[in-house]
Amino acid sequence: MQTLVAYVENKPGVLNRVSSLARRLAINIDSLTVGPTENEEIARMTIVAHTDQNGAHRLEASLEKLVDVLLAENISARALLERDLALIKVSADQQNRPHLMELIKVFRARVVDVAPESLIIEVSGTVDKIDGLLEVLRPFGVLEMARTGRISMTRGGDLLRPPAPETTSSALEAAGSSVK
Amino acid sequence: MKLTGAEILCESLTRLGVREIFGYPGGAILPVYDALGKSKLHHVLVRHEQGATHMADGYARASGGIGVAMATSGPGATNMVTGIATAMLDSSPVVCITGQVSSKVLGSDAFQEVDITGITMPITKHNVVVTKAEDIARTIREAFVIANSGRPGPVLVDVTKDAQQASAEFNWEASVPKLPPKRVRQNHDQAEFDRAVEMLNTAKRPVILAGHGIIVSGAMRAFQQFVRTGNYPVAMTLLGIGCFPAKDPLNLGMMGMHGEAWVNNAIQEADLLIAVGMRFDDRVTGDLRTYAKSARKIHIEIDRAEINKNVKVDAALVGDAREVLERLMPHIQTRDHSAWVRHIAELKGDSAVRDIQSLPDTGHLYAAHVINDLWKETQGEAIVVTDVGQHQMWEAQYYHHSRPRTLITSGGLGTMGFALPAAIGAKFAKPDAEVWVVVGDGGFQMTMSELATIVQEKINIKIAIINNGYLGMVRQWQEFFYDKRYVATPLVAPDFAALANAFGIRGERITTRGEVIPAIRSARESAETVLIDFRVEQEDSVYPMVPAGASLHDMIRRPNNPLVETATEP
Repeated sequence: MQTLVAYVENKPGVLNRVSSLARRLAINIDSLTVGPTENEEIARMTIVAHTDQNGAHRLEASLEKLVDVLLAENISARALLERDLALIKVSADQQNRPHLMELIKVFRARVVDVAPESLIIEVSGTVDKIDGLLEVLRPFGVLEMARTGRISMTRGGDLLRPPAPETTSSALEAAGSSVK
Repeated sequence: MKLTGAEILCESLTRLGVREIFGYPGGAILPVYDALGKSKLHHVLVRHEQGATHMADGYARASGGIGVAMATSGPGATNMVTGIATAMLDSSPVVCITGQVSSKVLGSDAFQEVDITGITMPITKHNVVVTKAEDIARTIREAFVIANSGRPGPVLVDVTKDAQQASAEFNWEASVPKLPPKRVRQNHDQAEFDRAVEMLNTAKRPVILAGHGIIVSGAMRAFQQFVRTGNYPVAMTLLGIGCFPAKDPLNLGMMGMHGEAWVNNAIQEADLLIAVGMRFDDRVTGDLRTYAKSARKIHIEIDRAEINKNVKVDAALVGDAREVLERLMPHIQTRDHSAWVRHIAELKGDSAVRDIQSLPDTGHLYAAHVINDLWKETQGEAIVVTDVGQHQMWEAQYYHHSRPRTLITSGGLGTMGFALPAAIGAKFAKPDAEVWVVVGDGGFQMTMSELATIVQEKINIKIAIINNGYLGMVRQWQEFFYDKRYVATPLVAPDFAALANAFGIRGERITTRGEVIPAIRSARESAETVLIDFRVEQEDSVYPMVPAGASLHDMIRRPNNPLVETATEP
């Protein structure tokens, strides 16, 4: 599993280009999350892909060839923080409710909705943690689940910032239209 | 100044230096055609939109500039798909402009509506829909920047009809390209560079793999200096042909599936491969597990995505071929590789004897004769445009190019029907050049309607049909790998000479070897287009051949007893 971060233009069709590229390279995407950044014109993606290092290099380099992708970086080998968030609706009756509450506490999850026959549990953390909670909840009867997919960020001073706008477009144009 | 979107489009193209547009009108692009009529742009009316894209592609490849194709929405746009993919696979800078239904009805399955940006997403470098007149100038400028910068490729601009009709303020200076800011990669890795230099200066059996990137980057002079300084033998990819003089003693010729045996064997024996602007295509490497096992590899390539894609390399120098070669030059030691070059010459063995050119004239007409005679008669100076298949490989083997952009051929996609329209485009790019189409009887029948375009535009190109009555390359595979079961490859064709006459073009049929040179001479003397139908051996094959998936040194060689069947009249 490889994790890539990409900064893209925040406009329609870009997600399609990114996912279509992965399809074309026959790389299976495990999760892809996208959301705005502090700059509303730029969105940030975290792509988790079923591939090896070589495949991740191809994906990274091919993504950066897309005009709307400002930067793509394979961060799998770096110190990073990853988070996934899940909402799990689990069936709960009077009898097993106390037991459930105990488990929820152990996993530092929260109950965000209570109904006579069920609870909705919110949990965030690493994929392993959420998978772990899911395992112990299964015997109670998981009725529904929604997960966000992973978001990742490199730790500490290892910054991954979108590139600043350049003003060299006219130079590019001169280079682009010249007859060689 | 207020202009309509259509006028802005034509004005922008004019300001970008465009002279010709290859296209076909229709409802959703009519406003642009109306504006075209009032502009200085010359519109070439094609007979099928695939032809328009191939012409723009041929124009781009012959000139190094950008070719422009235009079509209406729906079927006009979808007909462009093959041409766009052809340009994409061969990194050719083509800008396609398509009309689109009005923005108000987008997505409603309106008449002749098709999601052409969706369709062409994986086969364009970039594409975009424009729905506002005020965005047209900037978008066209951006398309031109994208198409011909970095690794070139096709860009499609889909303009809605209401954007063409609306009026907007036209301000060229203000409409500067605003492309997203890209991360500037620090491509120059000193350790990688030093490693490459060390390899270059210590190799005993080096071979350069010269590709299209040398021509695209205009690196011919830097490349020659590099080769001569290091005394490296040069093998070329199909699209690399022309990047280095054919007659140079260091030029080995073409590598790969139909490369000469000694070229492939030299690669297999090399201790260093220096790949410049090429991408280790499967037609070049054969079986990757046995490919150049004893060679270290340096890859000079502008596209990072190509590094380690097919072949793992020991040093990757990412960048424009000319820049990288110029950066390497001061570090290259002049080394004597004459023993290695001599050894490669010995690898030739009896290749020359086996060569079809060395056979006594038995009255049979082989394609190789035709192409070799064409090369001699034109002194190797013509621009030759080919399709894909046997004739293409014979062209690569027997027509020796010494200048870049003189062989124009569909390499990556292998598109039948490419040659005739691409040659028309090439002629517009180089009106003074002698342009020859070398094409099979199969591919020619795919786009031969463009003969009418030739007549309407009064242009002068020469067409040599290598007519063997088969889809020759497929037949060859059936012969080698399917026990000669010729399913769907025997091909009936019209009388091409008579067909040419019907279009108002002079046509001839040639069946014997002795007639070839007079026919070529007479065609060259004519100031008009001439078509020659060369009836060649029906079941001749291209040798040597590395079967698909086999090791590069496992070649099927030309048999010592080549077939002697008489060329039959189909």
